[in-house]
Amino acid sequence: MAISKRNLLAVTAAVLALGIGSASAQTKLRIGTEGAYPPFNNLTSDGKLEGFDIDIAKALCDEMKVECEFITQDWDGIIPALIAGKFDAIIASMSITDERKQQVDFTNKYYNTPPAIAAPKDSDIKGVTKEDLAGKSIGVQGSTTHSNYAEATYTDSDVKLYPTADEYKLDIVNGRIDAVSDDVIVLTDWLNSPDGACCKLIGTITPVEAIHGPGAGIAIRKGETELAAKFNAAIDAIRANGKYKEINDKYFTFDAYGG
Amino acid sequence: MSVDATGFGHSVEDAPPSVVRPWTRTRILGHVLVGVWIALGMGLAAFLILSWNPDLVSRYAPNYLSGLWVTIQLVVISVALGALLSAPVAWARTSKNPLIAAPAYAYVYFFRGTPLLAQTFLIYYGLGSFKPQLEAVGLWVFFREAWYCAILAFTLNTAAYQAEILRGAVASVPKGQWEGAASLGLHRWLTFRKIILPQAMIVALRPYGNEIILMIKGSAIVAIITVYDLMGETRRAFSRSFDFQTYIWAAIIYLVIVETLRIAVDRIEAIITRHLRR
Repeated sequence: MAISKRNLLAVTAAVLALGIGSASAQTKLRIGTEGAYPPFNNLTSDGKLEGFDIDIAKALCDEMKVECEFITQDWDGIIPALIAGKFDAIIASMSITDERKQQVDFTNKYYNTPPAIAAPKDSDIKGVTKEDLAGKSIGVQGSTTHSNYAEATYTDSDVKLYPTADEYKLDIVNGRIDAVSDDVIVLTDWLNSPDGACCKLIGTITPVEAIHGPGAGIAIRKGETELAAKFNAAIDAIRANGKYKEINDKYFTFDAYGG
Repeated sequence: MSVDATGFGHSVEDAPPSVVRPWTRTRILGHVLVGVWIALGMGLAAFLILSWNPDLVSRYAPNYLSGLWVTIQLVVISVALGALLSAPVAWARTSKNPLIAAPAYAYVYFFRGTPLLAQTFLIYYGLGSFKPQLEAVGLWVFFREAWYCAILAFTLNTAAYQAEILRGAVASVPKGQWEGAASLGLHRWLTFRKIILPQAMIVALRPYGNEIILMIKGSAIVAIITVYDLMGETRRAFSRSFDFQTYIWAAIIYLVIVETLRIAVDRIEAIITRHLRR
């Protein structure tokens, strides 16, 4: 459907009067991130970005010897914003999936951690299978691999979709939902904080390649193979020179890069 | 001299000559802009026809229908409940007793002055954090459900606007109408129902129509509290397909709803103003 996609871009560009910027002309590399997904990327109370994604992005920029600028963007619109040229790469824990690959290119993964389920401490949920969660309500962030997995797998449960992780956390604390599903690191980080005192980890879900993909990668516009190659080389370099381990150990007790 | 059909005695020859409008810069610009809009509209139509994707349609059409149904239910229920609630609020707003007027004023002030998004968020997530207290008074069964919270938030919001519409419309009816009715010995309630309200409704109809249209569009925020309406389903379809068509479909569906409503308001106006027609 190459033709229709070209039309689509032309029409949207015209209707929205968006200028499509070209990345190559700029010296600054603009990185898009969500800023609502601790401990990977989140805004501190004084509005600064922090987290594993941010540190990795900075390390990669250092490695590539380019100046980087971060732009926060809501998750739902993050891929269209990349395509429209608002930034040049997405470093926001975005899982590499086939659906997304139709729109954007990905670098190799820069981490891969399994999804998991958490529930209130007094919960009677025993495991993470469809049967374990039958009849329960499960909160997940919409438009994510976790929501795709939950809607495909937990068909006997009431899957509720939230705009960001913040809202499902509020709702499980409030007791409206019986369980939440997200990346194990996101959940562990939250459970270890005062806000997550309500809940416990039930277990991790074995990732399904077709839904979860090979891990989280950096998304770039289609056809920018040069940038992808630079990123891939930088990922390999920080893996090799110990920078990755240094950042990894700041956040995790195990190697988030995965097998 | 021939007399024309209107019977006013003017001949056709006496009609003023039609003015030749010059092609000013503004007029040219206007034509160009209209041309651009037409071209964009045709481009959009062409895009939709060219990129018509049966797989996409068959995959997401049921979601759109269920989303549409949620939107319609939400708006109809909220607007109806809001109308019921707006009557006492409007009455209280006009009360001379400050103990009655002040709370009504504060209520309208708050709900018109803050975004619907914030109100919905506060009612769902904010009140949700008072679960033990709500459970103690038996209200948790209500606040537990996102649907009820949405209805409550939307009702409270639209009631504030509707109260102002109603109050303004009633106030727009000349005082002489009340006095005339009183001089005929009519009871105040009867005066209100039979004389004031029918006249006020003519004034209120268009603002009511606008309010419902705003509610239809405003309801698109309800997905933040997990109620998947038309807009929520659109976003979900987009996040799966990354195809902008999904948003264009939503825009068209909203347009159709609003246009239907506009025609309905026109019809109602024609009925309630039939005594003014010449």
